[in-house]
Amino acid sequence: MDLINQPWPWYVAGPLIGLIVPALLIIGNKTFGISSSLRHICAACIPANISFFKYDWKKESWNLLFVAGIVLGGFIATQFLSANHPVNINPQTHTLLKQQGIKDFNGLLPKDIFSFDQLLTLRGFIFMVMGGFLVGFGTRYAGGCTSGHAIMGISNLQWPSLVATCCFMAGGFIMTWFILPYLLHL
Amino acid sequence: MFRLQSFHMYGIIGSAIVVGIISVLIIKGFNIKTLSGEPIVIPDKKFNWGNVYGGLIFGLGWAITGACPGPLFAQIGSGFLVTSVTLLSAILGTWVYGALREKLPQ
Repeated sequence: MDLINQPWPWYVAGPLIGLIVPALLIIGNKTFGISSSLRHICAACIPANISFFKYDWKKESWNLLFVAGIVLGGFIATQFLSANHPVNINPQTHTLLKQQGIKDFNGLLPKDIFSFDQLLTLRGFIFMVMGGFLVGFGTRYAGGCTSGHAIMGISNLQWPSLVATCCFMAGGFIMTWFILPYLLHL
Repeated sequence: MFRLQSFHMYGIIGSAIVVGIISVLIIKGFNIKTLSGEPIVIPDKKFNWGNVYGGLIFGLGWAITGACPGPLFAQIGSGFLVTSVTLLSAILGTWVYGALREKLPQ
């Protein structure tokens, strides 16, 4: 039981995620992807006569169940399986983040930035609202996220997915090295 | 992860991809069918410039929020209810994309 209670190492978590690819295919010819759930939610709730949202989203409702499962999984993992360790970050990253003003390393997200009371600060707003917006806009523009492109797409040896994945990484690096240090000081 | 000080994320994505590639090869090689007996067909992904521009935009957001779409849902389940704001913003971002789509370079 103790083994399950520690954060799972990458060589357990990664392969488990990878197994979702064949699991979904074999269960019902479904391709793994998560950002499409954002599109289905728009199509179901706010289609607003936009052609991108006019399709039979109900055929993809399995995807909405899938993300509901992710919520449940997060709940179960946090409530029953974690012993509240501080997040395991490289000591250099820890020092770097502290220099940039982050003090909370106890959960998945630092509450110095990610909390309701931070939402009304410029920094909190940029991190949560602008960041979220970029994720939603970018993943649909790219036609997928790390699940749909990096994992599913590359598993099927699709080169557009490799291109997309490289651009994800590039965007991530650009933000982390050049922009994030300024944002953290806001 | 983007500071290259931690291998964890690369290990996860890398091993997931390896498992994914092997499973797809096995499925195709042995012509494995779905549980209801249909042949498994994985549609090809066609390239468009959205892969590049959208990819960069998503990457920027990924580094800020620390999450791609999947973890947003997991964080909410873990009790970070404030992430629902991030999720709503992501839905808004998707919606704006849908509205602007025809005007963007594809």
